[in-house]
Amino acid sequence: MSELERPFDRAVVRRHRERAAAGWPRHDFLVREVADRLADRLGDIRRAFPLALDLGCHGGELAQAIAGRNGIETVVACDLAQAMARRAALVAPALAADEEALPFAAGGFDLVASALSLHWVNDLPGTLLQVRRMLRPDGLFLAALLGGETLAGLRAALVQADTETGGGAIGPRVSPFADLRDCGGLLQRAGFALPVVDSDLIEVTYPDALALMRELRGMGESGALTAGRKSFTRRETLLRAAELYAEHFAGPDGRVAATFQVVYLTGWAPHASQQKPLRPGSAAQRLAEALGTAERPAGDKADPGTDPGHRGRSPGKA
Amino acid sequence: MNDRKPAKGGVDPRLLEILVCPITKGPLDYDAERQELISRQAGLAYPIRDGIPIMLPDEARPLED
Repeated sequence: MSELERPFDRAVVRRHRERAAAGWPRHDFLVREVADRLADRLGDIRRAFPLALDLGCHGGELAQAIAGRNGIETVVACDLAQAMARRAALVAPALAADEEALPFAAGGFDLVASALSLHWVNDLPGTLLQVRRMLRPDGLFLAALLGGETLAGLRAALVQADTETGGGAIGPRVSPFADLRDCGGLLQRAGFALPVVDSDLIEVTYPDALALMRELRGMGESGALTAGRKSFTRRETLLRAAELYAEHFAGPDGRVAATFQVVYLTGWAPHASQQKPLRPGSAAQRLAEALGTAERPAGDKADPGTDPGHRGRSPGKA
Repeated sequence: MNDRKPAKGGVDPRLLEILVCPITKGPLDYDAERQELISRQAGLAYPIRDGIPIMLPDEARPLED
């Protein structure tokens, strides 16, 4: 497959996460925050989900946040990185698994939930299809992933700094985050019913851009800035990017603000009880009647000036 | 939640019920002795380390026969 079709080197994604696991509790802020927001959303749904999966679990934050809610009896947690799975194993039955080749039987889960992992998947449609198959009928998929507006300022600063310091030969290569508009279609194509996509912006402040970059590294997300590059950007470039970033994003207290866009995906495994559109031609009432207007065959011009027979409300039934 | 702890070194029985081979989606045999989950169809044995199944094909041991 070409680089365009597989933008992420999964081995690198895995390495970043393995490395992040050691110092994870210092950098789990965003995942915890998003896990709480997902748990709130789940709380709004009046349904029981006895067996749930925390997909791409990091340290098991989401598993912890949803445990005991919504009739959840067991949360299984899986992560691409073994070291993350080992952390999650302290709070849930855990395993190492690749979101691109999931090792779960069909129809096993009542709920598959995911906090900030699926933006690293190359084949999101393929993963969504696997997830849908893992769900029981009427099972719920609820995921949060980083969207395209994430760290737009920092990425722009890095590209500009890269050009200024002479590294621009490769051109800007940043992680192609999920586009909000594409996600609804992806859910539908994967066979989910009642798909919903929406997003949140979470603003976090840091002492400076370098602290933000350290945080991203600590989160295992540094690839978000350097996707496709073999090595991390040069120190000179980083320092210049930090300067540029401070110029544009520093508040009065000197701290810089970073914005994370979190995209939420919701979809249900199809079930007969769900609301769905009626079969075409199965209407029991005429639309014209409901609107109090006259019915006109398709193709007729709706110009009342040249068509007096259809002007205004028709007294008889069409 | 999740308070039933697996036997020391063993794997949580709830995992064994839901896991399949990530490549073939076929069944797995649990080898308690070697702590492996074996996919005959794929010819791979997935290791279980400290009770954590490692369901990654590139970490699996190819079966000899």
